Formats: sequence, structure tokens, C-alpha cells
Amino acid sequence: MPYLVLVRAGWRRWSAYRAATVAGVITNTAFGFIRAAVLMAAINTAGPIGGYDTADAVTYTWLTQGMIMTIGIWRWTELAVRIQSGDIVTDFSRPLDLQGAYLAGDLGRAAYQLLARGVPPFLVGMLAFDLRFPEHTYTWIAFAAGMVLAVVVSFGMRFLVNLGAFWVLDFRGLYAVSSLFLTVASGFAIPLSFFPAWAESLLEVLPWASMVQIPIDVFLEQRTGAALARGLALQVFWVAALLGAGRAVLRVATRRVVVQGG
Amino acid sequence: MSDTVSSTVRDIVRVEDVRKTFTVWRKRGRVRRERVVVDAVDGITFSIAAGETVGYVGPNGAGKSTTIKMLTGILVPTSGLVRTCDLEPSRERVELARRIGVVFGQRSLLWWDLPLADSFDLLRHIYRVPAPAHAARLAECTELLELDPFLATPVRQLSLGQRMRGEMTAALLHGPELLVLDEPTVGLDVVSKAKVRTFLRDLNAQHGTTVLLTSHDLSDIEHLCNRLLIVDHGRLVHDGSLDALRDRYGGERTLVIDLTEPGPPIDVAGATVHRIDGPRQWLRFRRAETTAAALVAEIAARYPLRDLSIEEPAIEDIVHRIYVDGA
Amino acid sequence: MHVSEAWTMYRHLIGARVRSQLQYRTSLALDFSVSFVVTFLDFAVVVVLFQHLPALGGWTLPEIALLYGMSGIGIAIADMVIGQVEDIHVDIRSGQFDVVLLRPVPTLLQVMASDLALRRIGRVLQSVAVLVYALAAADIAWNPARVALLPVAVVCGAFVFGATFVLGACLTFWVVGSTEVASTFTYGGNQMTSYPLTVFGPWLRRMLAFAVPLAFVTYFPGLYLLNKPDPLGYPQWFQFAAPLVTAVFVVTAGLVWRTAVRHYRSTGS
Repeated sequence: MPYLVLVRAGWRRWSAYRAATVAGVITNTAFGFIRAAVLMAAINTAGPIGGYDTADAVTYTWLTQGMIMTIGIWRWTELAVRIQSGDIVTDFSRPLDLQGAYLAGDLGRAAYQLLARGVPPFLVGMLAFDLRFPEHTYTWIAFAAGMVLAVVVSFGMRFLVNLGAFWVLDFRGLYAVSSLFLTVASGFAIPLSFFPAWAESLLEVLPWASMVQIPIDVFLEQRTGAALARGLALQVFWVAALLGAGRAVLRVATRRVVVQGG
Repeated sequence: MSDTVSSTVRDIVRVEDVRKTFTVWRKRGRVRRERVVVDAVDGITFSIAAGETVGYVGPNGAGKSTTIKMLTGILVPTSGLVRTCDLEPSRERVELARRIGVVFGQRSLLWWDLPLADSFDLLRHIYRVPAPAHAARLAECTELLELDPFLATPVRQLSLGQRMRGEMTAALLHGPELLVLDEPTVGLDVVSKAKVRTFLRDLNAQHGTTVLLTSHDLSDIEHLCNRLLIVDHGRLVHDGSLDALRDRYGGERTLVIDLTEPGPPIDVAGATVHRIDGPRQWLRFRRAETTAAALVAEIAARYPLRDLSIEEPAIEDIVHRIYVDGA
Repeated sequence: MHVSEAWTMYRHLIGARVRSQLQYRTSLALDFSVSFVVTFLDFAVVVVLFQHLPALGGWTLPEIALLYGMSGIGIAIADMVIGQVEDIHVDIRSGQFDVVLLRPVPTLLQVMASDLALRRIGRVLQSVAVLVYALAAADIAWNPARVALLPVAVVCGAFVFGATFVLGACLTFWVVGSTEVASTFTYGGNQMTSYPLTVFGPWLRRMLAFAVPLAFVTYFPGLYLLNKPDPLGYPQWFQFAAPLVTAVFVVTAGLVWRTAVRHYRSTGS
């Protein structure tokens, strides 16, 4: 199956950068300690915040530090670069679904980064702190599902944003605007439940929360029962919406390229 | 070896038993790595007098670029003496930089996203060149290298030929005594190559700038240099004029003949067949004994000639032969 | 090279860079506004946290804002002036650093003069805004020493962050691919010194506030400005040590850079 080959290729591309991976793990781990310290100091002063006690907060910190690269929140501009250089034309001529091909590659990348850059910091956090692990078996399954969905939601968003390169010359500015919300709206900066209720409700339904906060709240069992179902449903919704929007925009862009001659 | 050394002509470059060794970590299997010591330059000695034009050739990995880097202060030698413009490059980098100009094929002296003219202006400030001198040199280079059409173009939009002419100008705006060029004509079209060669010849003739040139292209050296240094495996295997080289090597060329159908070895005076492959025959002849034109005329008169070409000796062949023959 | 010569050289080289950036005015304006808004969101997170607490580590929101503002201005200026040294690893691997060695100008000056990231001004202004809020809302008993100490600390902060950027880049001369490690100390250091040292454990304090002496340009001057006692029990003269510590650190960074360049000249690219 050609897509499976692409998944493996995605993995292999990223495993080549071994020294950079080690450097990245060191940095992730350091930031984990810093963020954990701040959250712990806050909760030790004021008691549980947003339903998070110290164990929750620390687990949240190490989960986010482990998840950063896997979810791929930040800079992915490969598609945009290919669009602006014109290399995208070779992608069009291949007998593969373009979005599917890139998704396959992204899954390979995510898998590698989960193992190489996600697990090590989390292990360090586990050794240094008392983390909260799920009590129920089904939580683990739901969390795994949530992680996969989170990667695909993130991919859908990145793919869509990259397509902007068909229309906007200075892609860097466009990307900066999109990453504007990333850190805060995804729940990476602080847990979304720390926000006032009205803000939290709004942020929950935006796509960014599906990339980080929802799977984390599943793991911490902050989302159980109906809330759990709701969270996963939101993720599924955004997968469909973003991938669908991506395909629609791609169709428009393709027509434009074909008409204008690239 | 030049024997016109007089007390009034100083040595711009002096290199005595210079060595450079690199430690390379090579992978052995999946995890282990072994330490390999590479002698990039293994005891080279030569001098270059002011006003000479010297070619520095050798196969890939012979140590050409490493020597150049040591002469210009980029690399520090492992041992031995290096003096450029009477300065020690590894210790007096900044002072030396004012007196030399260096052109690389692979690295750019120019500012990528600025117009070419802006690069020249920035260099004026960097080298602190008085405005009139700078303007005069720029005018001269602009005229000789025909820079006018693209002075306002950003460097990243220039063709390779245009860029190289810009690089050459950039290296000369501060009036260096020594110009070092590392593979300057790589990738250039024939016309640009010719322009560059003419420019360098005039530079040497009119301003007395010493020129040191490394190249893969023997014809660059032939057109430009009166002296040739050949290096192989980190050692100097020839140091003399080009005529000396030709005499030594014998100036052998190869004529490749395609007959209309396979036949017996071609018999013609002045050339010997050393290989046959179907209708194609390779004939070796010596420059001193006959010309290609004469051979072709005679062969065409007596044999069914379909096509032909001439092979010049590759630099690797010359060097190999010289190395095998012994220095 | 004399300071005045260096400054003239810098002015000329940077002038070209700035002109070239100003050419793309719309892109610059967009970058600038985006970074301004993004950095406000950054402080908004701190505000959100403080909806739940009266104080963190014994420091109220305006007091934290003081630290945040001082640290933020320092790193933003350093990033603007010398942040580009982070990318030196590209020139090292490609060999383009050779060209730097061919010019009759000190190498670090050339790196500084290679860019002035105007878009970072957004972050500078945001941090100034937070600092202004802090000065207005915190209870500071102004005296001549405090009036002098604040700008001195901020300026020293820019130098310390700048030296940290340089030291981080030096690592890439020896270890390929180590670029990200530097951000632990620069951006990590910035995040840490936006909060009082009391929040962090002894290891973090040692590494990110003393090994890289960021505490001397944020926390300790902050203690004096706010007239707060130090529960960690550090000597009081730490609160005035910013200029001395900065000078030593900057000189050290310069020496390490020289060693790094010497390493490049011994091993080639």
C-alpha cells in the first residue's frame, strides 16, 4: 500500500536528525521543569484551580511537553514551500491523493516524534514528580484515540494554512497569524479550565482545543462520561471539517494552477 | 623553479613544510565510531614572488582548497611556516584581510538580497577604502567586466556568470596585492570564462597583482598562468612552467575515430592505435610530432571516416602520470 | 578596532539591512502587529492565572509584571540586535563562515551587523507596556537609587541575554544540531525570570539564574525596587551587582566565542 510506504518514509526522514532530537529533548525537559514549578507554586498557594490539583497540573505539564512535537503545533511549512517554489506540480502529477499522501507522511513523523521526543521528557517528569495516571483501562484507549485524532486535527489545520501559500506571497506573515492562537487556545500555555467559564466554553469548541486540551483532559480523567464523549466528538468533527475544507480549498487551488499554467 | 629571484622582488607567499591533518570520525557499524587521521596537506614547500600568476592544480581531495585556506587565514596549519604578504595568516587575520582578495566558487562575498551595487558600497566601508580610490576601481571593473546592465539587480537574481564577475570585483575593490581564486570558473559558460581570463590577465599585467588560481580546468591555467604547481595526496609533485610540464608529459592527445564499419587498426604516421571498440578507434599522438588537423586529413583520405573527436588529457591523468613517474 | 570605528562600521552595515526590511513595509507592519498581539496574549495568560491567586511566591500581579517587563525588554532587545547568531550553525556547516574570516572586521561584530530584526520591536513595546502597568500599580517607594537602578537593570538585562544568545551559538561550533539547547537558557531563562526565584527549586535556580546570571538583572533588582525581603536569604549586595556581573558575563561570552572561532579555524567546515 503506497500510503504505508509514505508513513514509513515520514518516520525515517525525522529519525535522521538524531543530534537535533537529543537537543530538543533536553530543551523540552527543561521547559517542563520551569512550567511545572510555576503551576505547582500557584496551586500550593490557592488550592486546586480549574479542577486541577498539584498532581493534575504536573501531569498536564509533562503531557504537553511530551506532546508538542508529536502534535506538530508549530512550524510546518513544507507544503507552502513546495507551492511557492513550484515543486507542487510534481505532487499533482502523482497518482496519489495529495492530502492523503501528506497525512500519511505526517503520521509517520508524529509516530517518530512521539517516541523520540515525547516519551523521554515524560519519563523524566515521571521520575521527578508524582504524576496522575488513569484509573480506568478505557481511559487509556480513549486517550490513544484522542491523541491520534489530535494529530489529524493539527494536520488538517496546518494543511489548510499551508494552502494559503497559493494566494499569499509572504507566507511567513500568514503563518504567524495562525500560530497566534496556537499556544493559548490549544491549552498549551495554561489549562483551558483556568480561564473564566465563558472563555473556556468558547475555546473548547475551537479546533485548537482538540489538538491538546481535550486529549489531556481525557488522560487526567477530567473528562468522563458525557464530557468524554463530547470531547472525542468535537475532535471527530474538526477532523472532518478541516480535512474537508482542505480538500475544497485544494480543488480551487488546483483549478487555479491548471488555468494559469502554474 | 624560477631563478629570477632578486632582492627587489619580494615573496608574496612563502610556504615551508606546511602540514594539515584532520581528525575524522568515521562510523563503524551501528554505534561505534573510529578515529581516522587524514593528512590533507603533507609537507608542502613553495614561494610565490610578487607579480607572478600561479596555477595550483590537482585532483579532488588533493589538498588544494586546504592550502588556500591556510594561506588566507581561514585554517590554521598543523605545523610548518606560512607567510602571506609578510604576515602570519593564523595570527594576523585582520591585517592580512586588507591585503588580499579571495574569490570562492562555492561561497559568496556578496550580500544575497541586496543589489550588486549595494554590496560594493558596503565593502567600501568594511575595508575602509577612500571613496575616490574605490570609485576608480569600481569604474574599471564595471567597464572590463561589463557590470553595468546588472549593477542594480539583487545578487540572488544574477546568473552564475554575472555573479562571478561581481565576486571578482568585490575581491578587488580594496586594491589587494594578492588575488586568490578557488575554482572560479566552475559552471561558467564559455563566454564568461573567456571574459574572466582576460580580466585576470590584464589585472596582473597592468596592476602587478599577484594571482594564485586553483582550478580543475587545465585550460584556465594554460591561458592565465606562467607557473604551475601540481599537488596530489597533499604533496607537491610539480613546480614549474607550463612548457616544462608539457615537455615532461609529452603533450599527448587522443584522437577518437568513428569509421563507418569496424575495420583493422588505422595505420597513419605520427599516431598509434591503443584501443579498438567496433568501428571506434582511439589513436594517441604527440603534440610535438603532428597536429590533429594533419592526422584527420590523412585518415579521411584513406579510410571511411564517419565521425571524430579529440580527447585532451585529463588533469587527473597528467597528475597520475607525474606521480607515478616520480617527482 | 576602536569602539567608534566599530560603531561606524555597524551603522553602515545595519543601514543596508534596515533599508532592505523597510522595502517590504506591509510584511513588516504585519509581523510587527502580530508579534505585539501575540505577546499580549502571553501576559494575558499570567493575568488569567492571577484570577485565582492573590499572590504567587509572595509576589502580587503588579510585582510579577515588573519582573515580566524587565525580563521581556531584555530578551526582546537582545533578540533584535543579536538573535541572528542562533542561525550561525547554517553558515558553519555550509562553510560560508569562511567569508566572515576573510574580512578585516572582528567576527562577532560582523554577526551583529548582519541583521536588526525590526519586527521584534513589537515584543519590546509590549514588555514596556507591561512594565509601565507594573510601575503604576505596584507600590514603589521611589528614591534616586531606585530611579537609577531600573534602567540600569534593563540595559544590563539586554546584555546578559545577548551574551546568552552568543554562548548558545558557540555550542553549535562543537556539537552539530545542538541549536535548540540554547533556547533553554534564552527563552527558558526569560520565562523563569518573569517569576520570582522563590517559585523554583535549587537546581533550576542555579542553572538558569546563576550559571546564566539572569537573576541579577531581574529578581534581585526587583527586590530592591519593591523593597521586599528575600526569603531565600541571598546577600543584599546582589541587588546592586547587575553591572559587575553583566560585565564579567559579557567578557566571558566574548572569550568563549573566540575559542569557538579558533576551533572552526582548526578543524575547517
